[in-house]
Amino acid sequence: MERQKFIRRLLTITAIAISIGLLILFDSILDSYMMRIINLCGIYITLALSLNLIYGFTGLFSLGHAGFMAVGAYTTALLTMSPAQKQMNFFLEPIVPWLANVEWSFFPALMMGGLVAAVTGFLIGAPALKLKDDYLAIATLGFAEIIRIFFTNMQSVTNGPLGLKGLPPYTNMWWTWGIAFISILFMIYLFRGSYGRAFKAIREDEVAAEAMGINLFRHKMLSFTIGSFMAGVGGGLLGNLMGTIDPLMFRFLLAFNILLIVVLGGMGSITGTVISAIVITILMEYLRFLDGPMDLILFKTDGIPGLRMVIFSIMLMVVILFFQKGIMGNREFSWDFLFKPGRLKKNNVEGE
Amino acid sequence: MTFEIFLQHLSNAVSLGSLYALIAIGYTMVYGILRLINFAHGDIFMLGGYFAFYALTTFLMPWWVGFIVAIGLTAMLGMFIEKVAYRPLRDSPKVSVLISAIGVSFLIESLGVVIFGGIQKAFPIPELFGTVVTIGKIYIVSVNFFIPVIAFVFLVGLMYMINKTKTGMAMRALSRDHETARLMAIDVDKVIAYTFGLGSLLAAVGGIMWGMKYPQLYPLMGVMPGLKCFIAAVVGGIGNITGAVLGGLLIGILEIMTVAFLPDLTGYRDAFAFILLIIILLVKPTGLMGENLAEKV
Repeated sequence: MERQKFIRRLLTITAIAISIGLLILFDSILDSYMMRIINLCGIYITLALSLNLIYGFTGLFSLGHAGFMAVGAYTTALLTMSPAQKQMNFFLEPIVPWLANVEWSFFPALMMGGLVAAVTGFLIGAPALKLKDDYLAIATLGFAEIIRIFFTNMQSVTNGPLGLKGLPPYTNMWWTWGIAFISILFMIYLFRGSYGRAFKAIREDEVAAEAMGINLFRHKMLSFTIGSFMAGVGGGLLGNLMGTIDPLMFRFLLAFNILLIVVLGGMGSITGTVISAIVITILMEYLRFLDGPMDLILFKTDGIPGLRMVIFSIMLMVVILFFQKGIMGNREFSWDFLFKPGRLKKNNVEGE
Repeated sequence: MTFEIFLQHLSNAVSLGSLYALIAIGYTMVYGILRLINFAHGDIFMLGGYFAFYALTTFLMPWWVGFIVAIGLTAMLGMFIEKVAYRPLRDSPKVSVLISAIGVSFLIESLGVVIFGGIQKAFPIPELFGTVVTIGKIYIVSVNFFIPVIAFVFLVGLMYMINKTKTGMAMRALSRDHETARLMAIDVDKVIAYTFGLGSLLAAVGGIMWGMKYPQLYPLMGVMPGLKCFIAAVVGGIGNITGAVLGGLLIGILEIMTVAFLPDLTGYRDAFAFILLIIILLVKPTGLMGENLAEKV
């Protein structure tokens, strides 16, 4: 047994070392477009994990993710931009004085973005988490829309519909994948402890969970707030990677992409989320050719904008109609298959 | 603000409210029977407008034939969507069906962008609906007058159908209890399909009239009205048709009047409905006319 444990640990460390090595290799040989996609993969891992925490693990179907991302992205952007940049951006209406001269470095700004998103999540969660299922979904969607509408109208804080341009480019592979790794480790740690188990219990059966002495509201709030924090950090990274943000970016479509990742990966599987975040992000970029002109052997098209989204919607429908469990179901990757061939570790509430 | 201007806004508000009411009925009927937020309803509304547009421009039908064809097509499409996307999931968790509905909604929107093109199209308004009527100092485009009338006619028809016909009775039975309804020899699948057809029919009527009131069609035009009408259904008490009508009127009037009286808030126009939703959900989740349903374990 001791020996097996040692081998497992060794394998894990090797796997992590190999992935870091690969990332460094990619960073040095791939061009900036490819690196952008790899960075996006890292960001989407963080974002999808945050939604999976809320929805996949705790069972709270929230459609408000785009809102938290917007809060994180705007906070990070406003804190990192230099006063000169801000002056250039806010030409319609000057920026409010308390924001005009702040210039933080990236990490504290990112954390602040996460914190503000978490506070927003807390404030939204307090009333909304009394609702369930579809009502919760529509209420969170409503909150996200309200956030977006406010951002569109608060000209002197967010620059309104013009958005913010020329964010200082800090985001690189170390940031995106570093935070993705931290998120993965945090999730693994969380779901080994009592909180994670309580979250899963709530997902499986609220009444039973409550009967076991789990404070429903407190745990739901906790999951929702942590998820919002991660979404805020992810949003901050995403905004910084894009270089420009505007309220239209944070429409429901963005939440849809993340939902697609979570559903495809399997609700309640960290491994599945990571795999499908990478797959979907790469597909999203790779399938861009669909929107452009195509020369199929039989006929030519002059480019059909929107075809890519058709494919993604069909993908979501096929997964939900025929493969409800997604790639991984609620299983996790483990080294078990090396020792007991053909069995992946079951990750149920009653299991382990 | 003079009285005339107030009346002017009021006519606008009532016609918008009636449109919301028509669409909200579709949400409330489907929710009443399946406990499902039909996310695609707003997009069905959009399709109704587009079908009428093509019937009138490409196929050069007389407007009333075109409208009937468009309404019929949309109703059939609504039934088709139910069959393909919702029926296979009838026994799945609620949220799976909701995700499927979100998928359908995005599929219709993106197909709309592909097939109809993302550029806005001008709806060809028949002369009857496009004339400006002057009453004293108030100018009303005739469509603003027709919308409440048509909405009212459809409502009366719907009420008659729900309360007096066998299909209507079956729908009411289904909204209570699927199992028992099945035991009473009600063909559950058929009645659910009818419900979707009826809801989509009303959405198509709404879409066509929307196209005449705001003569611009674009593939995402159904998103905001769709969300607002769902909110209207919740505000009125979901599952309750009278409630949906009240909620629709309330949201339409609230929206127009707030913008009319407080022009500074124009940018926040779309937020009112959401704020109202959240207040209602927190204060009286069953809505204005809803019944108190005990939570089943």
